[in-house]
Amino acid sequence: MGRRIRVRGQVQGVGFRPFVWQLAERLGITGSVRNDAEGVLILAEGPGLDAFEAALRAEAPPLARVDAVESSEAEVRARDFTIEASGPKGAETAVTPDAATCGACAAEVREPGRRRGYAFTNCTHCGPRFTILTGLPYDRAQTTMAPFPLCAACRAEYEDPADRRFHAQPVACPECGPRLWLEPAAEDPITEAARRLLAGEILAIKGLGGFHLACDATNAQAIATLRARKHRPTKPLALMAPLALIHAHATLTPDAEALLADPAAPIVLLPHRGTLPGALAPGQATLGWMLPYTPLHHLLLDATGRPLVMTSGNLTGEPQVIGNAEAREKLAAFADAFLMHDRDIARRLDDGVERLTTQGRMVLRRARGRTPGTLALPRGLPDTPVTAYGGQLKAAICLTKNGRALLSHHLGDLDDALTLGEFLKADADYAALFAHRPKAIAVDLHPDFRASRHGAERAETLGVPLIRVQHHHAHMAAALGEAGWRGGSAVGVILDGLGLGEDGTLWGGEILLGDYARVRRAAHLAPAPLPGGDLAQREPWRNALMRLDQAGLSDLADRLFPDQPRAMLRRAAAGGLNAPLSSSAGRLFDAVAAMLGIAPARLSYEGEAAMALEALAAQYPDAPGYAFGLDLASLFPQIARDLPDTPPALIAARFQNGLALAIADATRRIADEAGTRTIALSGGCFQNAGLLEATCAALDGYSLCLPREAPANDGGLAFGQALVALARLESA
Amino acid sequence: MPLRDQRVTLAHGGGGKAMRDLIESVFTSVFNPPGMEDQARLMDARLQEPGARLAFTTDSFVVTPVEFPGGDIGKIAVCGTVNDLAVGGAKPLWLSASFIIEEGCEVALLRRLVASMAREAAKAGVRIVTGDTKVVNRGACDTVYITTAGVGVIPPGRDLDARSIRPGDVAIVNHVLGDHGAAILAARGDLMLSTDLESDCQSLGHLMEALIAAAPGTKAARDATRGGLASTLNEMAEAAGCSVELDEIALPLRPEVKGVCEILGLDPLYLANEGTLVVFVPEAEAQAALAAMRAMPEGQGACIIGRAVPKAHVPVTLRTAFGGTRIVDMLVGEQLPRIC
Ligand SMILES: [Fe+3]
Ligand SMILES: [Mg+2]
Ligand SMILES: [Zn+2]
Ligand SMILES: [Zn+2]
Repeated sequence: MGRRIRVRGQVQGVGFRPFVWQLAERLGITGSVRNDAEGVLILAEGPGLDAFEAALRAEAPPLARVDAVESSEAEVRARDFTIEASGPKGAETAVTPDAATCGACAAEVREPGRRRGYAFTNCTHCGPRFTILTGLPYDRAQTTMAPFPLCAACRAEYEDPADRRFHAQPVACPECGPRLWLEPAAEDPITEAARRLLAGEILAIKGLGGFHLACDATNAQAIATLRARKHRPTKPLALMAPLALIHAHATLTPDAEALLADPAAPIVLLPHRGTLPGALAPGQATLGWMLPYTPLHHLLLDATGRPLVMTSGNLTGEPQVIGNAEAREKLAAFADAFLMHDRDIARRLDDGVERLTTQGRMVLRRARGRTPGTLALPRGLPDTPVTAYGGQLKAAICLTKNGRALLSHHLGDLDDALTLGEFLKADADYAALFAHRPKAIAVDLHPDFRASRHGAERAETLGVPLIRVQHHHAHMAAALGEAGWRGGSAVGVILDGLGLGEDGTLWGGEILLGDYARVRRAAHLAPAPLPGGDLAQREPWRNALMRLDQAGLSDLADRLFPDQPRAMLRRAAAGGLNAPLSSSAGRLFDAVAAMLGIAPARLSYEGEAAMALEALAAQYPDAPGYAFGLDLASLFPQIARDLPDTPPALIAARFQNGLALAIADATRRIADEAGTRTIALSGGCFQNAGLLEATCAALDGYSLCLPREAPANDGGLAFGQALVALARLESA
Repeated sequence: MPLRDQRVTLAHGGGGKAMRDLIESVFTSVFNPPGMEDQARLMDARLQEPGARLAFTTDSFVVTPVEFPGGDIGKIAVCGTVNDLAVGGAKPLWLSASFIIEEGCEVALLRRLVASMAREAAKAGVRIVTGDTKVVNRGACDTVYITTAGVGVIPPGRDLDARSIRPGDVAIVNHVLGDHGAAILAARGDLMLSTDLESDCQSLGHLMEALIAAAPGTKAARDATRGGLASTLNEMAEAAGCSVELDEIALPLRPEVKGVCEILGLDPLYLANEGTLVVFVPEAEAQAALAAMRAMPEGQGACIIGRAVPKAHVPVTLRTAFGGTRIVDMLVGEQLPRIC
């Protein structure tokens, strides 16, 4: 008797069928394998079927993710083992994320052979996927490789189940594939590009999901030029180098090495050693590194032998440039030369950003290499398709279907008109790719979020319910959901920038108690005015002024900020003129950073002051925290007392560790009173590894749910909104 | 009959002699309305021209404080209604004025407001021809509220309409932005803002006539009052079925206004104006329009701030100094912080 084996998970477009074929050949099994709408279906007969099944999981190809192997007895009767084409009804629906160049391909471009020096080499285990996809099923004709017909040699590889390029849709070689060139023209584009980089020039380089601006990361002058041209004075710049070079400049743990080498090739934040120009990330203790993830990157880094700055090629606030003509127009003011090619980018995907903490890996920006991967929905929620539209500044969309959630790539700040265009396009794009039609739509409570408005319009057009989800409830649900929490009662500790609360004030330092469907605000940080509204987020001293005034330390504020318009802001705050109250934890970090003198009067990027504080605090990880409560009453007097003669780094650490303790104390009380052991931690402030680790340590013994794949910042909001919507649909 | 009272009392609203004294002494003696009590009977030859149309508008005015640098609630009540007529292409002719007066309001204040209204009406070439007063309990209103209605005539053949704006048309403003809103904030005292800011409060009828004479292809104009230029342009763009792209560098802003906005976190595009209009003219007539506007005292600050473009995802965007394109939204309610 044979078996009918169903394999579920990410098993299409990743070389799974040839893997099964090779496995069957090895074990002497006959039968067939095919893709269909549910995944992979195998009919198998022969000796050692148990070993065969076990190997399906244990030896699966690098890009595959096997969620389930289900088998039943079946009549098979085959003389050999064959790979069958997917039937018209069994359309391949899975799309896998883009993957970094595999070891075999990276070696191939450096060895003698027809692909030596070829920048578009790839195979079943690596290469572009989502960024070149134009339609489904995933097939060369539905990618931007369509204009490049396979040559005979490539076709032979493509059709041979024993070859690692069997059915690799973007397979190519210099004979038949995309072409690389430099503008201004050069005989050898890579050699000339490297020469220019080493001479201190700035290059626009067409990558996988968009253009980068690159320069020599060891050249302070080149970095200064790039910053000046891009109007980007201090925001950290991402770096790319091979592992050996990263070792020279960063402290690497085995986990960090493994994360860098993940097929997603994210930017990983790593502690630096001060060996590179400080202008790469002023005031930060970490630098963001990634490994080369296309053959083009490998060849270029071979030729330069130095780490390169690889920052996204865009105008301030706009999406990354993806088209050649667009690049020539928009990046001309930034770049001295363009390294271009003629394979179109179908879908704009930024580089992802991730970090490692003692609590594991955390995604800070979900982008290339991670999407369109999906997250499992916690069991018990209904299987209704919903769409959630997320927040304003780090927009991302979430679709749920068949027990999984597809959280989109990072889309950016929706105040920018082009980014909004991208957001609307992505909404239609994801819906079409995944044949998704929502039965409900979820948005944030804030009526002026562009995403909320769009969601409201969609709900009306489709005639489906619109579910408005409080910002921090969504953050909490996202962390619970990722951990697979099934319901009951949980505590959510959300330390965040801000979000509109259910009482119409602005929340952001919250302890919530409840479940997926509903929460109540159990405790929160004492609110303070945000004088100037959104400006209080850009000018940290405004928050310090208000907090010091609250603590009766106005004269200290006068001494610390002598040149600021304090009188007018105090009056505006007293008169309620554009000075809404907020319990934001992010603004509390800003206030302390401003008191410590480590924040510029006006920030040039979001989170700059809080990140500077985190970097300082990291110098004293074990400093005993200040003792204070959520009312913050005794916090500022303690800082004021230490200010004259204590190193700022120590004050930063005492504050950060004290906050973790204050939060943990209140959280334990609330959890114990409610009789729950489950605590979710989320919100933008928990991107701070020091704060996260201190809070987790203080909550030892509880069952902690942390954001991992869905970012703790607003990039994960849509996932939480979707979960809340599903829970409300069920309870309705 | 001279009025001896220093302050308005409820008796002045009672319908008896006290009321009659107040009205005659403070209002009708200054406005000098024609015709009968409670009804103006009016004639103007321009109304009888074939194709001429009547324009009719009304607006209520609530301002704290009622007197501020550059104007007062009376002046605004005249300018606001005159401007609503003017930007629709009408020649303003007659106004009505109704006053809701808080018990205890100083009579001298009322006299100043009425004089200010008469002065502005004369300047704008309109007459205040009828009106009404009511007195309410202390606290039921704040000092005084004024409602004006206005009638004007649109000459034959003139048809300003935001729906006729087309991509390529140029947007022009006559004046720096936000002066009124910023001056009112400064005048509130609780901020102790010492600035030389004055409200831009002015009538725009003469400016509109000069503009249309110089640029007969003028498509549409609006005065950018409450909600500021941002709200006005959103409305116009929605009506026009195209989008508007503004150029941040071109926006005319007084340094003091910019300064106040930067401290208080306000966006000058949303600050109220009371004598600032935005007009769309065909590109070919833009220079003529600018020259004609600049020749008038109300239009000395005239400049191009942007243009109509084909309809995009949002009605109004702003090209920023660094080249990004920011969305200029119509606000749902009060501006709430959105940054997380
Ligand atoms: Fe948030
Ligand atoms: Mg009006
Ligand atoms: Zn490969
Ligand atoms: Zn080939």
